[in-house]
Amino acid sequence: MSEAVALPRPLLARLLRRGEGGFPFLAASVLALVLICALLGPWLTPHEAGKIALADAMTPPAWAEGGSAKHLLGTDNLGRDILSRIIAGARVSANVALYAIVISGLIGASLGMAAGYFGGFVDAAISRLIDVQMSVPSIPLAMLFAAVLPPGEAMVIFIIVLSYWTWYARLVRGEVLSLRERDYIKLAKIAGVATPVIFYRHLAPNVLNMLLVLATLQFGSVIVFEAGLSFLGLGIQPPNVSWGGMLADGRNFIDVAWWLITMPGLAIMASCLASNLLGDWLRDTLDPVRRQI
Amino acid sequence: MTLLRLQQVVCRFHTRGGVLTAVDDVSLDIAKGETFALVGESGCGKSTLATLILKLNPLASGRIVFDGEDIGRLKRQAAKRYRARVQAVFQDPYSSLNPRLKVKTILAEPLLAHGELRRDIAARVERALALVSLPAGAASLYPHEFSGGQRQRIAIARALILEPELIVLDEPISALDVSIRAQILNLLQDLQAELGLTYLLIAHDLALVEHAADRVAVMYLGRIVETAASVELFDNPRHPYTQALLAAVPRPDPQAPRVHGQAQGEVANALAAPPGCRFHPRCPSCMAVCERQAPMLVAVGAGHHSACHLHEGQPAAPAAKSSAGRPE
Repeated sequence: MSEAVALPRPLLARLLRRGEGGFPFLAASVLALVLICALLGPWLTPHEAGKIALADAMTPPAWAEGGSAKHLLGTDNLGRDILSRIIAGARVSANVALYAIVISGLIGASLGMAAGYFGGFVDAAISRLIDVQMSVPSIPLAMLFAAVLPPGEAMVIFIIVLSYWTWYARLVRGEVLSLRERDYIKLAKIAGVATPVIFYRHLAPNVLNMLLVLATLQFGSVIVFEAGLSFLGLGIQPPNVSWGGMLADGRNFIDVAWWLITMPGLAIMASCLASNLLGDWLRDTLDPVRRQI
Repeated sequence: MTLLRLQQVVCRFHTRGGVLTAVDDVSLDIAKGETFALVGESGCGKSTLATLILKLNPLASGRIVFDGEDIGRLKRQAAKRYRARVQAVFQDPYSSLNPRLKVKTILAEPLLAHGELRRDIAARVERALALVSLPAGAASLYPHEFSGGQRQRIAIARALILEPELIVLDEPISALDVSIRAQILNLLQDLQAELGLTYLLIAHDLALVEHAADRVAVMYLGRIVETAASVELFDNPRHPYTQALLAAVPRPDPQAPRVHGQAQGEVANALAAPPGCRFHPRCPSCMAVCERQAPMLVAVGAGHHSACHLHEGQPAAPAAKSSAGRPE
């Protein structure tokens, strides 16, 4: 056996994407920060997120020329503190993402499990529903519902669930299709184990890991989707703060105040990247083949 | 005494390629306490037949009668009871144990499903492990901590835990290391003697069947072509397909005369089974009638039946009932 030589890994690589199986601390801290902001937002903001102070309008970030320590990330065209608004926007983003993922995960996983396990007519009906849903582009669908439903977080969650449950359903259906052929499921049936017990004891634990990985990966994608809707004016409406809405507001001043779109843009990018890295790590860690079960 | 009787059992699957008749008009009797073997090449329907007995697939027609009752018409309670009386051991001991559950949970699962009291379960798990010569400590381990042979012992313990009367053994040793096969086979035979079990053994290994089975049925493309007591079948095979199967067994004697040209070609596609006798395209003694008309099983000896047109015109053997000449 050759001697294993532990090479020091570059700091950035270690922080971003762990060594062999190490925990991605930076990604987890970013997501934790987003969740903390979401939970404790009103107590963390240095200023009130919606407070207009025209005298302070367009203050650059603290480190730039003309910036002040009073507004660390600067202010927008109405003098509102950018840092406070990002913290307030985190609440909307995390809230929408968590609800949307939990609801679409529950709907998708239940339909996927039923389709995979029962097969036949049930499978055909659910699979066609998935096909139809996936063939409808989500932005025009969002525009349709934005026109019909009262705007707000509930509507955004509804639109996201509508376009995201199919991912869970397809994933779970495929997994259950292969699990169903395992002998231990057949033997459970032969021993007279009731179908709900088979679902709960043999199918759910095997499917749960995959769901957790997909949910973590989608946390970022849902945040981007919600920001896109709000940017287009279809999502969260002012005076409620959202990262996408901040981008839309800052777009008009892009030549004079770069920080108006850069700061919320970075927040969106960081949370999306962090959830992807954490999801990758979860996938590798929970993969039974890698763990040699 | 007949424990399990199959009467003109048919099973069909609707596939993209058309209707597949996996089991076609199969009738057989299995007596209490015997080992009845089903042999045949892959895809001949022997495992599908097992799924019918285990109520995993529905019958297209025919009846399966267990201990005098049609298992397709059992009421709720009786159907549940049937689940305890008939159990199975499958080929792959890696697939038959859920890797996420401890051995005690795996063994307790059938007991819980049948409303066994929790306080009795530990004792019964321990007893089942003792039956298959595993230490009681095995209960708190996970399946991946065992070897293939030990896993198959666990699978057998699980099949035994409900104290069944019939166990379907679907290729129970063919996935195991050669060195362990004899151990598991001896274990199965000891358990049969000790607990009075009836075995339906599904195998493609003819040496195993000759050694372990009391009676044998040979299947080809969903039909039984020959059935007889094990000794009789191996000494005096009557159907050309059985003769071809036995001739194909390699002999550990380089001086033994080689038998050539017994069966030609491959097994036919089950979706487009040949008309008449299904074996006729491969049969060395094919006649004109074989392409038109399917042969019936006829008695060709004591408890010996074969489905071949070659037997026509020969005097029927005195014992006409398939259950004759069998240990009761």
